[in-house]
This record gives sequence, C-alpha cells and structure tokens, in this order.
Amino acid sequence: MLGKTANGLFWMYRYLERAENTARLIETGQRIALTRLGDSDEEWRSVLLSAGVWPGYEQYKGELTKEGAIDWLLRSKNNPSSVRACIGTARMNARLVRTALTGEVWESVNAAYMNAEKILARQVSERDLPGCLRTLRQHTALVRGMTHGTMLREANYEFSRLGTFLERADNTGRILDVKYYVLLPSARAVGSALDNVQWESILRSVAARGGFRMGHSSDAGPREITHFLILDQRLPRSLAFCAHRLQDNLKRLNSGRGKPTDSMKLVDMLLRKYLTHEVEAIFEYGLHEFIQEILGLLGDLTAQIQIDYRFYE
Amino acid sequence: MTDTKFFDEMWGFEENLREPYEKFHDWFKQEDMSRLRAKQREAEDLFRLTGITFNVYGRAEAEERLIPFDIIPRIISGTEWFRLSRGIEQRVRAINAFLHDIYHKQEIIKAGRIPAEMIAANEAFLPQMIGVEPPGGVYTHIVGIDLVRTGAGEFYVLEDNARTPSGVSYMLENRETMLQMFPELFSRNRVQPVQNYPTSLRRSLGATVPVNGTANDGEPVVAVLTPGIFNSAYFEHAFLADQMGVELVEGHDLRVVDGRVAMRTIRGYTPIDVLYRRVDDDFLDPLNFRPDSQLGVPGIMDVYRAGGITIANAPGTGIADDKAIYSYMPDIVEFYTGERPLLNNVPTWRCSNPDDLAYVLDNLSELVVKEVHGSGGYGMLVGPAATKKDIAEFRKKLEARPSNYIAQPTLSLSTVPTFTRAGLSPRHVDLRPFVLVSPNDINVTPGGLTRVALKKGSLVVNSSQGGGTKDTWVLEE
Repeated sequence: MLGKTANGLFWMYRYLERAENTARLIETGQRIALTRLGDSDEEWRSVLLSAGVWPGYEQYKGELTKEGAIDWLLRSKNNPSSVRACIGTARMNARLVRTALTGEVWESVNAAYMNAEKILARQVSERDLPGCLRTLRQHTALVRGMTHGTMLREANYEFSRLGTFLERADNTGRILDVKYYVLLPSARAVGSALDNVQWESILRSVAARGGFRMGHSSDAGPREITHFLILDQRLPRSLAFCAHRLQDNLKRLNSGRGKPTDSMKLVDMLLRKYLTHEVEAIFEYGLHEFIQEILGLLGDLTAQIQIDYRFYE
Repeated sequence: MTDTKFFDEMWGFEENLREPYEKFHDWFKQEDMSRLRAKQREAEDLFRLTGITFNVYGRAEAEERLIPFDIIPRIISGTEWFRLSRGIEQRVRAINAFLHDIYHKQEIIKAGRIPAEMIAANEAFLPQMIGVEPPGGVYTHIVGIDLVRTGAGEFYVLEDNARTPSGVSYMLENRETMLQMFPELFSRNRVQPVQNYPTSLRRSLGATVPVNGTANDGEPVVAVLTPGIFNSAYFEHAFLADQMGVELVEGHDLRVVDGRVAMRTIRGYTPIDVLYRRVDDDFLDPLNFRPDSQLGVPGIMDVYRAGGITIANAPGTGIADDKAIYSYMPDIVEFYTGERPLLNNVPTWRCSNPDDLAYVLDNLSELVVKEVHGSGGYGMLVGPAATKKDIAEFRKKLEARPSNYIAQPTLSLSTVPTFTRAGLSPRHVDLRPFVLVSPNDINVTPGGLTRVALKKGSLVVNSSQGGGTKDTWVLEE
C-alpha cells in the first residue's frame, strides 16, 4: 500500500467525520436557539468555537448572527471545515485513492458530494434546515456503512478508521473544551433550567442524549456527563472509546512486524496516563488542562502516524 | 430516416435494415420513445454516480464533465469483425517491427522506403532509445487504431495511437451501463464480451518483466503512472489500476533505489517491474527529457536502459503514430510482414512536399488538414465545414510551417442512429479498437470505443469537441 494512499484514506475519513460532527453541532445550536434559554448569540459563538472555526468567522463575517453562523458552518466556501467543504475535500481524497476503495464506497461518497452540492447550492432556510441536516448525516452514515460492509480488513481499512477516530476524539475533546465551565461541579446552582439545557446540548452534540438517559438517573449531572464523554467505553464518541479503537487499529497494522511503532507508544501513553482514572481525579487535575493536553496529544498522534506510515516521504 | 449520402450502420445507403441490426430492430420497434428517453437520462445519472468523467483543459477551475453516452449501440457482425481484426493485428505487428528497426538497423531507410529525414528530423524520434532492447521485444503494449467506414466493406485507418491511447474505460463502462439498463437486449443478441480487457492487460504487461526484475520469481509488480488527479484522463487511470488490482502512482511516489524504480509504500520502498505510464515521453524523466517536469521520475530512463524496469508503452513509440509517418504505413506493413496491407490507409498529402502543398493550398475547402503531432481534434481544419475566415487563417499557419501539416480528403464517415431532441437522427461515428501486445500474442478486444459526433453534420468525434460515445457490439457468429 502506498504512503500516499494511506494519507488519502486517513483524510477522506477525517473530513467525512468532521462533516457529520459539524452537522450535529448546527443541529444542537439551532435547538438551543429555539428553546430561547440563555444567550442565543453566545451559544452560536460556542458552536463556532467547538467546530474550531470561530477565528475565520470573525475575520470574514464579523458580526455574530444566527443566519451567519449557520451559513458559515454549513456551506461557506471560505470555511474549509464547513459541511460542504468537508464533503468536497473527502470526495477529492476519495478520487485520489479510488483504487483503495470498493465501488460501493466510492459511489456513496460521490453521491454524498453530488447531493450536498445540490442542497447546499443556496442558503438553507430555517424551515428546510432540519431535513437538510438529516440528509447530510444520512449520507455520511451511508459511506460508513458501505465501508464497514464492503472493505477488506487490511491496511486500507485501518487507515480509514484511524482518520475517523482521531477526528471524532478531537471533536468530542473540543466540545468539552468549549463547555468545560458548564461541567465544573461548583460553577452554578446544580439543576437550574439553564444548566439542564447546556448539559443537554453537550450530550446532543455527541449523539448521546438517549444513551445517557438510559444509563443514568434523572438527577445525574455534570459529574456523570463528564465521565460519560471521557471515560465510558460504551459510548462510541467518548475519548476512551476512540482511543481504544485507535490502539486496536494501530496494533493490527503492526501485527507480525515486531517492535511497537512510535504512534503505538503514543496512544498507549494517552490511554494509560489520561483515560484510566476516576472522573474525580480529572476534576482535581483541572478539567480544562486535562482536555487541552489530550487535544495536544491527538495532534502529536496524527503527526506520528504520518511519519510512521510514510504519508509524505 | 437517414441521409442517403452517407452509409448508415443500421440502414446502409438505401434504408434496408442491415443484418447485424435485425434483432436489435425487432426490439426497438416495440419500445416507446418516452421510455427510451427515460433510459437515456438514467444512463447519464449512472455515469455521474460512477464518476466516469473527464477534466476539461484550459479552464480556471478543473471542471469534471461527462462524455455524453448514447444508448443506441453500434453493431458489427462477426464476419466483418474477423476481417477487421486480422487487418489490425497485421498493422500492429508491423508497427512493432518498424519501431525495432528504426531504433536499431534502420533497414527500411536503407531500402529507400522511407526518407531518412522523416526520422532524423522528427521530434517524436528519441535518440535515447537507439540500441535499446525493450523487455520481451515489445514496444507498444497497448495500441488504439482509429477506423472509419465509408461504405459496406470500406474501412480506413484514420490514425494509429501507439503512445498512450485512451478511451478503453469508456468501452468497458459503456458495456456495463448497457448491461444494467437493457439486460433483455443481451439475451436476444449474442454479443462478444469485452470485460476481460483489464485481466488481459495485466497479464500482457506482466509478460514483459525486465531482465533485472523481480528477483524472487514472484508475481511481477505492475503499477499505473498518472500525471495526477487534474489530468483529463485521471478517471481512466484510476479505473484501470483498480480493475487490474495494481497501484496507481504519481511521480512523487517514485524514486530510484538501488538501480530499480521503487514506490513509497507504508512499509518503505517496493521495486516496480512494469510501469504502465500514462505520462508523455517528454515528462517521463526530468534528467533525460524536460528538466522542468514534475510528473516523472528522475533517472527512470537509466534504470530502463539497464533492464531494471519495463515502461509501457516504450519511450519513443510516437515515431510510429506520427501523422507524417502515417502516410508511409502501407509501405511499412508490406516491408515488415511481406504481405499486402489488409486495411486501407486514407490517401494523404504531406505538406512538407512542395507539390503536395500546392495541391492542398488550392483545395483547402475540400480537405481535412491536421497537425503532424496534434491530437484530440485540436489544431485541425475540416475544409467543408469551415468558414472563409477559418480557411484564410489556416492558410497562413500552413504556409508558415508546411512540414507541420498533412492533408486528407474529407471522408464520408458512416452514421449510426442517435438520440437527439427531435428523436433518432443519423450522426457520424468512428471506431477505436484496442489492441494488447505481449511477447506471445496480439490480442484485439472485440469492438472498441465508438465515438459519435453529436452535432448535426459534424465529422469531429473527439470528446473535447462535443463528441459522445456508444457501446460497440461485435456479434458472435
């Protein structure tokens, strides 16, 4: 397998995952705006921050409005992380690695692109927004399903999964980073309506609201949510879940090849040092610092994978 | 239904249904136009989804376009095909023998059949290839021979493509699309399959491993070299690599390691035995050819000459499909095979010759004039279809550089009924059969790519000039 192909697969799946996460963030933001609790503009700022696109927004658009934020996240060509740009980049990478994809995977990416170009050609009205986001999420889910159902379990597959889980962990990490103050046990009077909305928004942005309710009592609060998003290995978007998958993928890539690679050592360290504690220890350490360090490690891991598997040279 | 001036593949000259179309026509009579129209749209959606597109050159943003596909097939009888394929084989054998001779003893020049300056002064001639023995003795692993028909038994070779002929992916996808849309047609007609092409291609490439190739007697390592994602034929490059199950590489994935050309894999560098390159000679090796090329591999020519890699097609094959050499093809075929050519050449005026030039200048409005090294339908004049202004402008170019041009009579290309807004109308077609050459045999895929000029009356079938394609059927006997 070519280094270039590993690179293309890695980024194709990162961008697909990012498209899906951004669509989910928009959904959450819109929902909070509609419930009209708290400062809705402030909520859009935190959505833009979570998506990592606030600096670009400030530079290009300036004033923060709901329409502006949604358009920037959904379809702006000036925002490389907009859903539309992400799907476009994913598809370009798919073309680059066409030979490493099954026909079904390629067609599902291409269909996602063609449909996204169609429904995002014009600004999306508030009325059409829910349907539009649903369609976009279904498209990315279809690519994931095709990948799961048709790709050989060999290096190609491992790189596609590495891209997916690195992006997902990064996304969950950034949501936590932007909202960490809401989760600090002492920040506010626990159980206020505003807190409930905020917590719910966090859970929604990682598609975990239902799952959380099932497993926790009704008075569960920030402690449980923090545990759920960082340490719970049942939640497919928790940091621990993603890190374990990364560990599995790297291990399989290296099986029968002797010494662990540097990227394997990094992910082992990430798990050992950060994701085996009780949630109290995390609060004690400082939630903000903790998340910052994890985000830094995820960046290092990406760089190390690129070196270990000769993405560029 | 047809213009009586031209031969129609379905109706001949006289509105008599031709035999290869009989079963098709039985089916067609029962169909209604609105269903077919819907099928035509369905075909386009299918192509778009599969991503069978080409990139258009010369645009600010590389734009992906579909080559229009027409659902009415071009049908050739088994007998007709048998004759054609023998002629094609003969021609391709002669081309390979000619290339070997030109880069070794040049006996054809010594015999006075071709003037020495046709070779020496030709920019497609590569001095770097003199004395080089290509692995397996094969110069042109893949050849496309462009044929046109002007009457019932009259076929002409319009040009030979011995460098990197393209279009085979459309041949394969057109068939795939027809199978999906009209399965019933294929149970009524026994159509010879084309789907083996990728397997045969890989086998025939693998049959020419270099002397210093795969040391451990393993499966030869084959790869396809593409100029990259923005190349107009990128889809085809990816398609062929995928269908063969080999890597698709770009210049920056490759480097010379220990006397071999090797590709950068996730585990280090792996040597390649056979490189099916879709990069032109000029760009293949910045150390030996154009120094500004980013598309090639520095040093690959030295590895090639030392027997470390097979390049398919071999560098320097352009000397055989050059349009000025074309006019000598009947001599070339006779010289190397000792047989009379089975396929006709179009009479050709070489503008380098003063008498020919004078004739061409006097008859510009009747002739087709082409650049010697042109392709893709660019830089040519179709006299009867040109305006006075076009002709006047072309005359200046021709007078300035006569040796850059050849001229041919305007042929009455045959037509095939084709979907248009107004229903079915005849449109002119050509045919590019694809030929695979290995040290053991020459393999002509039954049929090939039929290109169709979609504009009424147009004779230019190139996709860059508004041409489309059709599925091509060769019936079993």
